[in-house]
Amino acid sequence: MTKPFNSLDWQVQPPYLYAPYASTVKRSPQKPLVVVPQKMSELTGPVFGEVDLKPLDNDLTRNAVVNGEPIGERIIVVGRLLDENGRPIPNALLEVWQANSCGRYIHKNDQHDAPLDPNFTGTGRVLTDAHGEYRFTTIKPGAYPWRNHENAWRPPHIHFSVFGRNFLQRLVTQMYFPGDPLLALDPIFNGIPDENGRQRLISSYAHDITTPEWALGYRFDIVVCGQRETPFETKEA
Amino acid sequence: MPGQSPSQTVGPFFHNCLIRGGENSLTTPQTRGQHILIQGQVLDGDGQPVPDAMVEIWQADAHGFFNHPEDPNQAQADPHFRGFGRAETVDDGRFTFHTVKPGIIPGEQTPYVNVRLFSRGMLIHAVTRIYFADETGNTSDAVLNSVPDKRRGTLLAMPVESPGLPTYCFNIHLQGELETVFFDY
Ligand SMILES: [Fe+2]
Repeated sequence: MTKPFNSLDWQVQPPYLYAPYASTVKRSPQKPLVVVPQKMSELTGPVFGEVDLKPLDNDLTRNAVVNGEPIGERIIVVGRLLDENGRPIPNALLEVWQANSCGRYIHKNDQHDAPLDPNFTGTGRVLTDAHGEYRFTTIKPGAYPWRNHENAWRPPHIHFSVFGRNFLQRLVTQMYFPGDPLLALDPIFNGIPDENGRQRLISSYAHDITTPEWALGYRFDIVVCGQRETPFETKEA
Repeated sequence: MPGQSPSQTVGPFFHNCLIRGGENSLTTPQTRGQHILIQGQVLDGDGQPVPDAMVEIWQADAHGFFNHPEDPNQAQADPHFRGFGRAETVDDGRFTFHTVKPGIIPGEQTPYVNVRLFSRGMLIHAVTRIYFADETGNTSDAVLNSVPDKRRGTLLAMPVESPGLPTYCFNIHLQGELETVFFDY
């Protein structure tokens, strides 16, 4: 079986069925997955570039201004996109979306009784640079309630959609904040079976990124599957 | 060496960021090949529509080439076709793509489209492929042949009557008797 890249690591990746997250019960595939060879259609993927971005896409505090600044705690998020071998992935598209500082999304299905912010849509995009690094500015999102169980609250998080070099590296995930007591209670976060894996989704406070009189910094690295480094295993066609 | 970042659900509130309009059309008037529609419905284990999913597709152009540096034929790939599309499902769980019938990738037997399915209620995306029921090469495709006979049909988009472009129907059943074949690598 042709296998130039590592598979999804199911010791770290969450399962389809995780009953504490109630919506997984009817939406989880239950039959065994069929393993396919990694050929050209998997080793390629969409290529994005500056043409796909608008100038303020990386600044959520400015890209939706109508009549003033968005309300909340301004933050700067930086990080690197890496593969499992620690190699940076340049020119990769990251899309981010989040609730506002009150825990409210602009969305017809978000009925949370918290104010919308007329100057904040909570959406952005950024490309990684030549070193696989990205940076964007936003407002720290608020926690919000959901109906999964009694008194359920999502810990503040930023959603990330990530394209790597190819479609095998496609990833959608969430970034959390350090020291959050809601994490221990969140079935989405705790659907991740591995403690180290869970820790990788918690950003770290980065004082070197914090900008005086302006904004706090957080660092969040993202790791997607990497090329296998044992060539004899890939000989078989 | 760092371990993989775990996936998390796309959740119900992705639309403003990920669906800005038009991502479900992969073509322009100049795009080479047979333009087609692929329509379908995403259904849960009770057969109920999933109205808050996102379907992504990645496919070769009409000649089987990819606009990507990994493809040795990239120089010949159609400049008017990126090969990537995204569709939200709406209230009845339906989605539509306007694309072209992919060509056969050199060295392979039959055309297909790669699919990633994301949804609220899915902690990690599901991976499948759309094959076309009217392709004779299907019988010699190694992946189709690796699937149990009675489940192979879940990977086949069926031609349907349509007044406009040739149209294929591809439904995705997340679980149950008709569960779609999902892949791993
Ligand atoms: Fe969210």
